[in-house]
Amino acid sequence: MSNDILVITEHLDGKMADISYEMVGKAKELAAAMGGQAIAVTLGSGAAPLAESTAADAAIYVDDPALAEFNPEAYGKVIVALVQEKIPKMTMFGNTSMGMDLAAWLSVKIGQTCLAYVNDLGVEDGKVVATSQIYGGKMAAKAEAEGGSVVVGVLAGAFPADAGQGSTAAEQIGSPVSLDGLKTKFVKMIRPEGGDIDITAQDKLVAVGRGIGSQDNIELVEELAEALEAAVAASRPITDAGWLPKTRQVGKSGVAVKPKLYLMLGISGAPEHLEGMKDAELIIAINTDAGAPIFDVAHYGTTCDLFDVAEAMLDQL
Amino acid sequence: MNIVVAIKQIPSLIDELELNGAGTDLDFDEVDFTLNEFDEHSIEQAVLIKEASGGTVTVVGVDLIEELDNILHTALAKGADKVVKIVGDFEPGMASHTQAWLLANAIKDMAPDIVLAGVQAADDRDGQIGPMLAAHLDVPYIGVVADVAATDSRTATVKKEYSGGVMAEFEVSLPMVVGVQAASQPPRYAPVSKIRQMAKTAEIEEIEVDDDGPGAGSTVRKMSPPVSAGHAEMIEGDSEEVAEKIIEIIRERGLL
Repeated sequence: MSNDILVITEHLDGKMADISYEMVGKAKELAAAMGGQAIAVTLGSGAAPLAESTAADAAIYVDDPALAEFNPEAYGKVIVALVQEKIPKMTMFGNTSMGMDLAAWLSVKIGQTCLAYVNDLGVEDGKVVATSQIYGGKMAAKAEAEGGSVVVGVLAGAFPADAGQGSTAAEQIGSPVSLDGLKTKFVKMIRPEGGDIDITAQDKLVAVGRGIGSQDNIELVEELAEALEAAVAASRPITDAGWLPKTRQVGKSGVAVKPKLYLMLGISGAPEHLEGMKDAELIIAINTDAGAPIFDVAHYGTTCDLFDVAEAMLDQL
Repeated sequence: MNIVVAIKQIPSLIDELELNGAGTDLDFDEVDFTLNEFDEHSIEQAVLIKEASGGTVTVVGVDLIEELDNILHTALAKGADKVVKIVGDFEPGMASHTQAWLLANAIKDMAPDIVLAGVQAADDRDGQIGPMLAAHLDVPYIGVVADVAATDSRTATVKKEYSGGVMAEFEVSLPMVVGVQAASQPPRYAPVSKIRQMAKTAEIEEIEVDDDGPGAGSTVRKMSPPVSAGHAEMIEGDSEEVAEKIIEIIRERGLL
């Protein structure tokens, strides 16, 4: 086993995802402490420039038409081969849509410990120590991996991206394994319909979550938003239920917003939602649960009933 | 088509979570357990596939705290055909690796065409069930899926979510495991009367397991509420006073 760290980068639509840089930055710090290298691994087709955009100590770019779009089966096969060849101390994935298809899968495939939802990471006496954010963000579990190599799933935004941005030449190779006969075939990308407003361009947002209770109550939120000259946004459960269009969804699988005002009604602040709004300039949260994680992120908060406050605000505006 | 749903019972996040004396895990005597919310979607998606394309839906879970029956009866009331519980000398707090191993051993004998699992669970410290099942069963996996169509037992079309509302469509030769983020329709409710009826008449198949299986491969030194960098300034008062203060704060910023 080497003291190297393989960082499996992610890219979409010709752009390297920030998580790649966040992981590389952290990997460099850890690898240096272990006397090894942080190696950025990029899979793709015609993606060499992306592969060389990180500050990793070394970079590998695997080029094959079958890797043009993310494909968990194809990517998985290549990564298994690379890990078995390099035997790194750690293989890092994003705890993201792409990374979550691969990390735990790899850990079973090659018999390595997996640490998921990681937002803090270190090595002590040759053992990987990681803090995982679990139970909807309500608990941080600091754990020590058994000896040997480890697969890690890193939360987006856990580490700074600028530490991983730079320029390192990549060794370009073809796939180390045959990618014929894949059972998984990428068909096409599906993009959200236009026509609705772009909430990322709004200065003021009133966001509604599960606390609103029912679809009928959304009208109250719309009235409040109108009075504040704001647009209505929502957490995932609201758009999943069809109470507001998907284009209004803020969060990990929705959009990231940075408005001047983010007024939140009945949203607990689960990690997936926080990811989409934690950088808003003024966050005011209304939630009857004093222990809701959102109060760790909001600038102002109240445990008053959201209906009472919304009605009172409408009266006063 | 043989559709299998692998479910997971997890601590409920609604109430305050209590820690054990050592501070290394939850106090499982004090927490309520509930069906993983993403598994509600898996069950719904499975029944939708059956309704569209025919077949049978089998729901299987590890009976960690001997309270799985109600969840299984509810699944039957929603349209599942068969329910199975894996029983043994189990403790709550079982690693996801262990649960995935137990589930895979039960599921491989079912010869499924498609296996659905919730994309993730709140206690997945050592990884998610779905991808681990796929690795054990040696079949393809796609997770964060918001739509599954399988018109026959040969191919499934799934839509995988990325951020910003962007999705990727894949065609996969079956069998496969799907990690369900959301069913293509909100999960249906089962009338209590129907659940009670199932409780009276339905059979739950039991699979008994002695073996330990793999563990998490890591040990928790300390579990605690995360230390946050800050906390919101809480606004006191009744709703009128709170509303007034909020408006004032917004005006002070020149936003109104």
